[in-house]
Amino acid sequence: MSVATAQPRGTSLDAVILAVGLGIGAFLSLIAAAGTPDPLFRIHAYVFLGAFTLGLGVLTVGLTNGRLREDDGRYMDGVIRAGVIASMVWALVGLAAGCLIAAQLSFPDLLYFPEHGWLNFGRLRPVHTSGVIFAFGGNVLIATSFYVVQRTCKARLFGGVLPWFVFWGYQLFIVLAASGYVLGITQSREYAEPEWYVDLWLTLVWVGYLFAFLGTIWKRQEKHIYVANWFYLAFIVTIALLHVVNNLAMPVGMLASRSYSAFSGVQDALVQWWYGHNAVGFFLTAGFLAIMYYFVPKAVNRPVYSYRLSIVHFWALIFIYIWAGPHHLHYTALPQWAQTLGMTFSIMLWMPSWGGMINGLMTLSGAWDKLRTDPVVRMLVVSIAFYGMSTFEGPLMSVRAVNSLSHYTDWTIGHVHSGALGWVGFVSFGALYMLTPWLWRKPALYSTKLVDWHFWIATTGLLLYIAAMWVSGVMEGLMWRAYTPEGFLQYSFVETVSAKHVSNVIRLVGGLMYFAGAAIMAFNLWKTVRQPAAAAEPANAAPAQPVLLAAE
Amino acid sequence: MWKHHGKLERHSLLLVVATLIVVSIGGIVEIAPLFYLESTIEKVKGVRPYTPLELAGRDIYIREGCYTCHSQMVRPLRDEVERYGHYSLAAESMYDHPFQWGSKRTGPDLARVGGKYSDGWHVDHLIEPRSVVPESVMPPYAFLAEKDLDYRDVQAKLKAQKAVGVPYDAAAIANAKADLETQADPYGDASGLAARYGAEVAARDFDGDPARITEMDALVAYLQMLGTLVDFSTYQAEAAENKR
Repeated sequence: MSVATAQPRGTSLDAVILAVGLGIGAFLSLIAAAGTPDPLFRIHAYVFLGAFTLGLGVLTVGLTNGRLREDDGRYMDGVIRAGVIASMVWALVGLAAGCLIAAQLSFPDLLYFPEHGWLNFGRLRPVHTSGVIFAFGGNVLIATSFYVVQRTCKARLFGGVLPWFVFWGYQLFIVLAASGYVLGITQSREYAEPEWYVDLWLTLVWVGYLFAFLGTIWKRQEKHIYVANWFYLAFIVTIALLHVVNNLAMPVGMLASRSYSAFSGVQDALVQWWYGHNAVGFFLTAGFLAIMYYFVPKAVNRPVYSYRLSIVHFWALIFIYIWAGPHHLHYTALPQWAQTLGMTFSIMLWMPSWGGMINGLMTLSGAWDKLRTDPVVRMLVVSIAFYGMSTFEGPLMSVRAVNSLSHYTDWTIGHVHSGALGWVGFVSFGALYMLTPWLWRKPALYSTKLVDWHFWIATTGLLLYIAAMWVSGVMEGLMWRAYTPEGFLQYSFVETVSAKHVSNVIRLVGGLMYFAGAAIMAFNLWKTVRQPAAAAEPANAAPAQPVLLAAE
Repeated sequence: MWKHHGKLERHSLLLVVATLIVVSIGGIVEIAPLFYLESTIEKVKGVRPYTPLELAGRDIYIREGCYTCHSQMVRPLRDEVERYGHYSLAAESMYDHPFQWGSKRTGPDLARVGGKYSDGWHVDHLIEPRSVVPESVMPPYAFLAEKDLDYRDVQAKLKAQKAVGVPYDAAAIANAKADLETQADPYGDASGLAARYGAEVAARDFDGDPARITEMDALVAYLQMLGTLVDFSTYQAEAAENKR
């Protein structure tokens, strides 16, 4: 790691390969734009063309002014800073989209424009889900994984410009996905709506991600791979597997935006929910558990509670999660043996989930006072508590009898948001609050008080949201199956719709509060970055010690 | 055992391979049998591929994200069967690439909506849902009635469907465009359409504007055939071969 080993190079091979790739990509996009009869496909071809041309321009400037040289003596933090900014921007976009569609369900007459399909709920809902899961969550995962893997391996990110390609390629994926939904380009697979050519692009970016991550591990100066990296690795490779299988499809033409799934009906349904549930399991759980395994010990300056529990947690979680998909298809035309398997494994999943929760929470042993004094720690701990709560609720809802009531209702929406806002959101916010002063070399956050405000506004909003959805979900489920004494169905469907109005409004208020918390956070991080530079190096500039081993 | 785990912690490729093996087992055990177990899909009469106009309508249903609020899967529960009709069979979606079972009922299930309302009701409801259902929270789709259906690629669509296993024959693909136009034409000769897709196929002007084929025509044609293919007066739900 000494400065002497650093060898700045002139023109690096990786940058040349990327430049050639971008040139070819730009050329192909131009041909596609010119040749396609499909107006929607043409718009996306132009987006590709613009992105590739821009990338080529930036790369050319970087190559000529020598800023792209590799310095193996330093960590590569520029791409992580970009990731933190992107995470915050997409958080605001995704949460705002959620508030908008929640408002549409509350006040349909105010917020719809009959002549413009692109503002309708059906097109905006994937903008919200992809916006928060893949744009916000994905950027948090890429940024934190790049940070954690460098520190725990004591090595600079692998691949030269590769991490930058991963970052910008991923942003391009997000822009293509979101613009596609609004334009009406979707394959209708929940949480995998982007069409075939966007899927191919993401596959390319993801392979780059795997190599940037794995390559850094190969360069490591630590003997052992730290536990957080197991979870990141499992997240990256399993998402690749899920993504490829679930998106197998036949395009209508090589220059057409539409494709048809390779599977149909019952098989298609199970492939999709095998993907869908494991997008939860590996994107929203394994990836964010990696964050927990690095940032919680760092925040409280304690080793992970139990090394053995982490091993059991890891293998049990990834083995059992993959089976749970069929619980999304209870009482459907899916054969009952598959439903029963899915339910059984979903209940078993409770154990590794809580094992992980205990491992995270007990890491605070001896540092519980920080809950009172450090709002960032409080945010992390509450996120783990929500993880425990929603991983208890999930197995409960996967029981067929419970599911017959909860399925198709707002209860599911409440459950998802307790996990997404409580666990994924808060653990990400905690990590971003810690990363920002480290990355920009500031002594501390601009304001701890504002973190406190963020915490309380968001927590209150979140509780309002979940409670409203529990009430409306259980209510509509019960109303659908209510009978009069004479044996007739008691309520028409639309009566259950109008009964939910109050809950819908409360949900909107809760969502707006959560959004307001994120806005406060964005302001706080902005002010932190704009602070005058710290005189001394931040504590974290010293090579990170593998926190886990200290437990042994 | 804990010592052996150290090996995985020191060899990244071993860790990747072990992870891939561990995460593959569940998917293989649950999904693979669905492709070869004969009992997965019931043998019933009547299920046919979509006509070109219905397929175009289905693509609009997908484009607009209707599946985000409407399921197409009636569960075998007393209240659902009474509210929506016979529970859905796997066979009824065997040609659905992709499936549209949905996961949420912000609006009612649509698996058997075909024939329940008139074309005029659907058109009014899609243009302004609250004109016929005051409490509805559904978005308005007035633009569908204004927009001519772009069906230049309908033949390519049928070919792509055939490539993933939908049994369209050569005549169906060759006549895709003509079949689409015939089905939206109240005065056309529908004999070819009937020969290829069955005599039950409704050929009429769906959107109330016979001069044009709009996106509304396609979407209403699709909605009006949903759940109508299987004749449940003859279907033996209790027969041993239909139990799964």
